Amino acid sequence: MKELLDFWIESTPNLLDGLIVSLQVTAVILAIGIPFGLLLALGVESKNKFTKWFSLFAVEVGRGAPALVLLQFAYFGLPPVGITLSSFSATVLALAWNTAAYTSEIIRAGIDAVPHGEKEAAASMCFSKIDTLRFVVLPQGLRVAAPALLGFAVLMLQATSLSFTVALPELTSQAHIIGSSTFKYMAILSYAGIMYASICIPATILVSVLEKQLGKHTI
Amino acid sequence: MKAEIFTSILLGIPWTIALTLVSFGIGAILGIPICAMRLSKFSALRFIAHLYGLVFRSIPPLLLVFIIYFGIGAGFLKIGPFQASVIGLGLVTAANMSEIYRGGVSAIHNGQWEAARALALPGYSRYLDVIYPQLLRVCLPSSAGYVIGLLKDSAIASTVGVADIAFNANQMARTTYQGLEVFAFAGVAYMVISIPIAILARIADRKMKSRIAI
Repeated sequence: MKELLDFWIESTPNLLDGLIVSLQVTAVILAIGIPFGLLLALGVESKNKFTKWFSLFAVEVGRGAPALVLLQFAYFGLPPVGITLSSFSATVLALAWNTAAYTSEIIRAGIDAVPHGEKEAAASMCFSKIDTLRFVVLPQGLRVAAPALLGFAVLMLQATSLSFTVALPELTSQAHIIGSSTFKYMAILSYAGIMYASICIPATILVSVLEKQLGKHTI
Repeated sequence: MKAEIFTSILLGIPWTIALTLVSFGIGAILGIPICAMRLSKFSALRFIAHLYGLVFRSIPPLLLVFIIYFGIGAGFLKIGPFQASVIGLGLVTAANMSEIYRGGVSAIHNGQWEAARALALPGYSRYLDVIYPQLLRVCLPSSAGYVIGLLKDSAIASTVGVADIAFNANQMARTTYQGLEVFAFAGVAYMVISIPIAILARIADRKMKSRIAI
């Protein structure tokens, strides 16, 4: 037992470095993916045919192809056509696309939950379309979508483990590297699992608390 | 060259389907006792089931497969890549399916239980003839959605060496240096497989809706 603890303490700095990379890449992915998700959500509802079909295509491909395939497409597939991405940017590109596709559905559901009367009221008060969206629809719709978005953020932190395959030095890669040099796979991989869980479990609990809060005052 | 890519990815399709079906089978069966524990009268059982769900939905499936393949497989037991992948994905599926079942049980009206008891149906018949058909119908759409998600998650098995679509695509991209076509085709293959699942689920849902009203 002491041996295990010593091993864990010894490898903590490396794993923490990995965890920080995981968190950074997750933050960048969400910061890019969610705004694009909002744009896609609006694009799918658009009356302009081109915007509509383009958004639908982006959403269906982003949700339909596995995140791992998108990631490898970005990392191994683009260099032959002259675009070489670092493992960080390939991860961000692929997973932000994935995020945009999934969150666009979450945001759309949130927007749909806003009663139609709200929009009519805004129109009758001479709000422009943009203002209706900005001051009436989005504040309410995004509040409905918030728990699901946070839940998705938790999934995205887990999905960054896929960037192991493109050699990004995040938590799973770090654990795997230590495992392959010491052969103590079980010890180090479970330690990495504990690190993921120590972030994801509180976040998951927070999601259910938020859902309950939101249920109290429905719009 | 093109034909080579095509056949290689087609060869991966059976593995991808097998991974999805076996891990869904494991999860769908293991999810039943977990759901039962979640609805139990004993708080200790409820707590264990809750903890199971939290833990297995908080560890990345990729890491879980690694723990089983490298961790358990290297030191304690001999576990092949396919087994490790389906066990890992199956454990995650069980956590999610137990939630789907729980949602289904709460959607069944209390009157159904009361009516079954009022008719003095024996215990097994109460479940098999009254509750189970309704549960199946309620859980079907979300289960089908989950299977499609699982199909895509099964790509992580390629990292431990199961020769599925993603694995073959990776190999092809490295050898032919035509990653663009290879991964585009692999992505299309996953989407094409998920379409029949969605259609079948919709047909089954419509058929059951006409027979079982809730």
